[in-house]
Amino acid sequence: MTQPSMNELQKTIAESLHNGSRWKAWEPVFWLLVLASPFLLGSHALIINEIAIVALFAISLDLVLGYTGIVSLGHAAFFGMGAYAAALFAKLVMPDPVVGLLFAIAVSTLLGALCSFTILRGSDLTRLMVTLGVALILFELANKLDWLTGGADGLQGVVMGPLLGKFAFDLAGRTSACYSIVVALILFVLARRLTRSAFGATLMAIRDNRLRAMAIGIPVSSRLAVIYTIAAGVAGAAGGLLAQTTGFASLDVFAFDRSADVMLLLVIGGTGWLYGGIAGAVVFKIMQDVISTITPQYWTFWIGLFLVVLMLVGRERLLRPWTWFKKGGAS
Amino acid sequence: MLTILFDGIAYGMLLFILAVGLAVTMGLMNFINLAHGAFAMVGGYITVLLMQKLDVPFLVCLPLAFLGSALVGGVLERTLYRPMYKKPHLDQVLFSIGLTFMAVASTDYFIGSTQQIMQLPEWLKGRTELGEGAWMLGMGHYRLFIIAVCAALTIALQFVLAKTRFGSRLRASVDDQRVAAGLGINVNVVFLSTFAVGSGLAGLGGALGAEVLGLDPTFPLKFMIYFLIVVAVGGTSSITGPLLAALLLGVADVAGKYYIPKTGGFIVYGLMIAILIWKPQGLFVRKGGK
Amino acid sequence: MKKRLFLTATAVAVAALGATSAMAQADTFKIGLILPLTGQQASTGKQIEAATKLYMAQNGATVAGKKIELIVKDDGGIPDASKRIAQELVVNDKVNVLAGFGLTPIALAVAPIATQSKTPQIVMAAATSIITEASPYIVRTSFTIPQSAVAMADWAPKNGIKKVVTLVSDYGPGIDAERFFKDRLTFNGGQVIESLRVPLRGPDFAPFLQKVRDLKPDALFVFVPSGAGAAVMKQFLERGMDKAGIKLIGTGDLTDDDQLNDMGDGALNVVTSHHYSAAHPSALNKKFVEAFEKANKGLRPNFMAVGGYDGMRVIYEALRATKGAGGGDALLAAMKGQIFESPRGPMFIDAQTRDVVHNMYLRKVEKKDGKLYNVEFDVIKDMKDPGKTK
Repeated sequence: MTQPSMNELQKTIAESLHNGSRWKAWEPVFWLLVLASPFLLGSHALIINEIAIVALFAISLDLVLGYTGIVSLGHAAFFGMGAYAAALFAKLVMPDPVVGLLFAIAVSTLLGALCSFTILRGSDLTRLMVTLGVALILFELANKLDWLTGGADGLQGVVMGPLLGKFAFDLAGRTSACYSIVVALILFVLARRLTRSAFGATLMAIRDNRLRAMAIGIPVSSRLAVIYTIAAGVAGAAGGLLAQTTGFASLDVFAFDRSADVMLLLVIGGTGWLYGGIAGAVVFKIMQDVISTITPQYWTFWIGLFLVVLMLVGRERLLRPWTWFKKGGAS
Repeated sequence: MLTILFDGIAYGMLLFILAVGLAVTMGLMNFINLAHGAFAMVGGYITVLLMQKLDVPFLVCLPLAFLGSALVGGVLERTLYRPMYKKPHLDQVLFSIGLTFMAVASTDYFIGSTQQIMQLPEWLKGRTELGEGAWMLGMGHYRLFIIAVCAALTIALQFVLAKTRFGSRLRASVDDQRVAAGLGINVNVVFLSTFAVGSGLAGLGGALGAEVLGLDPTFPLKFMIYFLIVVAVGGTSSITGPLLAALLLGVADVAGKYYIPKTGGFIVYGLMIAILIWKPQGLFVRKGGK
Repeated sequence: MKKRLFLTATAVAVAALGATSAMAQADTFKIGLILPLTGQQASTGKQIEAATKLYMAQNGATVAGKKIELIVKDDGGIPDASKRIAQELVVNDKVNVLAGFGLTPIALAVAPIATQSKTPQIVMAAATSIITEASPYIVRTSFTIPQSAVAMADWAPKNGIKKVVTLVSDYGPGIDAERFFKDRLTFNGGQVIESLRVPLRGPDFAPFLQKVRDLKPDALFVFVPSGAGAAVMKQFLERGMDKAGIKLIGTGDLTDDDQLNDMGDGALNVVTSHHYSAAHPSALNKKFVEAFEKANKGLRPNFMAVGGYDGMRVIYEALRATKGAGGGDALLAAMKGQIFESPRGPMFIDAQTRDVVHNMYLRKVEKKDGKLYNVEFDVIKDMKDPGKTK
């Protein structure tokens, strides 16, 4: 067999990338449904808003965790930064939501760039600790600088102006839900372009085998720094949305629980696949709402049990119960 | 000032006993076990409940706490942890977080969420003061007790590791599991016993610490970060590494809060991040180790 | 496979959402009770829930022809969750009253919703002064921190305490306590030589107490959230502070009835100021404590429980007065100015500030029938919230 020529090889690669990035048929339908949901399920607009925000947060974590293999237990640092930035902007500068959101994204991207050099070296454990440490420091900072952040009482009195000058934030939450969904959609599309491009392919190469990636000439450190910064910006957007749609920011945007929850729901939905964050957010939030109505005090127990079983059984096999007891399945 | 140093050392030694099990299992099994704090909690609750309900004397409760946690650890290792060894770190992290949630919620359900208050025996309640003024060394008797117990345990551990056959098997398995198995060392038994002892030590630490650190169902979550810091900074290839890291952490935390009360928790986290960036494998790594 | 999982998940989610839509019912009066049932403040939530259920059991579930429905929700101590829960209660369940609120940030977060939807908000636990100013629909039945701090700062100088070090938890109520105590003590001729703040999460009191020891004041004034009092007490004794002649004073959260009996004899003779003690010698309180302990396996009610109990009373009486007619505004008007006897003593809801006015008692920890109680020995009558005089 003759070797494929260089041109043919390049064509195949370009084609495969192109095919990967084409929108599947069901995707536009899905997004249309999502956009309509605050109107179709009007009484649940508030939880839809929360789901959209958490889904966006999960997508940002997927960029670093699912696509690049960086285990981070402190992603809430950027989420919280975005939340406080947006809240302070609305309170001190101007109450326009969109400008505030852009400001929040800018601030958290900056923070991400600063922190990116902390995750470059060391083992998984080191990275875990450092990311956790950064989130905790921010938590303490927010607690200490209470003249700025309101401390443990939270930053109150954030009144948002009407969206795009026309749509005021109503009590039923419809405006909030639409706003969050639209922002999530825009950032989702951008993330999609990113991950389906050649850049995204290099990220996955780094995730799968860093040494080999380095050997074929991928600039690993700079890639890591770039994706971490981008993901920080996206997380900041989610945080900003939360602050704007709820009208305040409190210390638990930085809490460990938030980082752990988003990692959990991303794993439930599936890493390395942007819809995984969305699926996980939907399932997790609904489950949380339903279970905590039944047993408000002990729902963490059931979540813990679910996690343990899920990990033991293997993430891929969750929805196929007949594989649970088969030995030696793929996991 | 000397008193602060003393308090810091006591705190550090307590952290060491709590965290040494985690360091060894992480080095040995390459398993990130975030549920380690739950074993400490088990030991703490065993002690408190035995003392409150059955009036068992404090000194008797300590070995019972050790045994109880070791038993729980051994059972869990054999049943739940073993299938997880080969899985990626992320899965292990989530698995152990899940275990921790379950432990926290069940403790809350069966015992309640209020802080447990322990009554120490009289001979541990006193205080000795030496010296005058700024150089006064005030030593609470309980903290003296903690330092004594932990120092004894450290010496015992070092002895076991360096001078016994089990210790050399353990060290071999940490350095290279496959080769150790190839030499006929029963790695499964080494894992099981190490995990059990590590959990037992955590339980003992929980029992000792209940008085000083407080004990409630959220204990594993509150203190997990400290254990992780000790292990990350101290490295997982020896026990002197975590010991020094724990002492450093203890003294820094206590001194920081005394001299600069405004910054409180910062110091610890900032120090940790700085150290980890400077030396990602930990401060005290043995050459040739992992 | 992933696609299928995803579509299944979405389908399940939508079905679940559809199934949980609320059913409207006329002639029921709904109370949305938002409490911290999990997390650090869980004991507060449990006490209030028990007290509200006790009130309903004692006074029936029908008032002015309407059936009372209590909807209990856990906020886990997280403000943005509680804001959404409050919004859902108001929009979906159409509650007539919002109640509970174990923490200041949660009460503050829900305030705009109360204002926007004209729903009365009964604060049964949170204690920072500014809360009642966050919305004209807020009525408080708990207490305010400045009340107890000022009461203590009035009592201390009259009893040989001139130099004090304050030690508080670093959050809203703690800072309030520190400020009001200091201002009042200085006004009364005393002196606060140092103000220390302890981080709210994971507090280790040892280094701070050591500092106090080195400063040698007449007394140490402590404010910590209920639950942390035991740790302070133990460390205080362990450090030999009582032998060094330093007295321990503080607000009643330090000797919370919930935990007091387990604190051991080291707590004896500690003087605190608060609005409620389970040992308050009135017939109504005795009945209350007995009924509460019987219904809750011997759990002693504390000041959180009494806030919940009185909150229910305010709601019931307001409903009775309006006879179920009129919306939130009428209900609110009927709540303002209510005067009644509570298990804590006499109290009323100030019509101007919508805040609680009650007696502040000075108590000492003593042993009665082999158990530890806060025994009242002095009282400051009808104390308004000093935090409002701005």
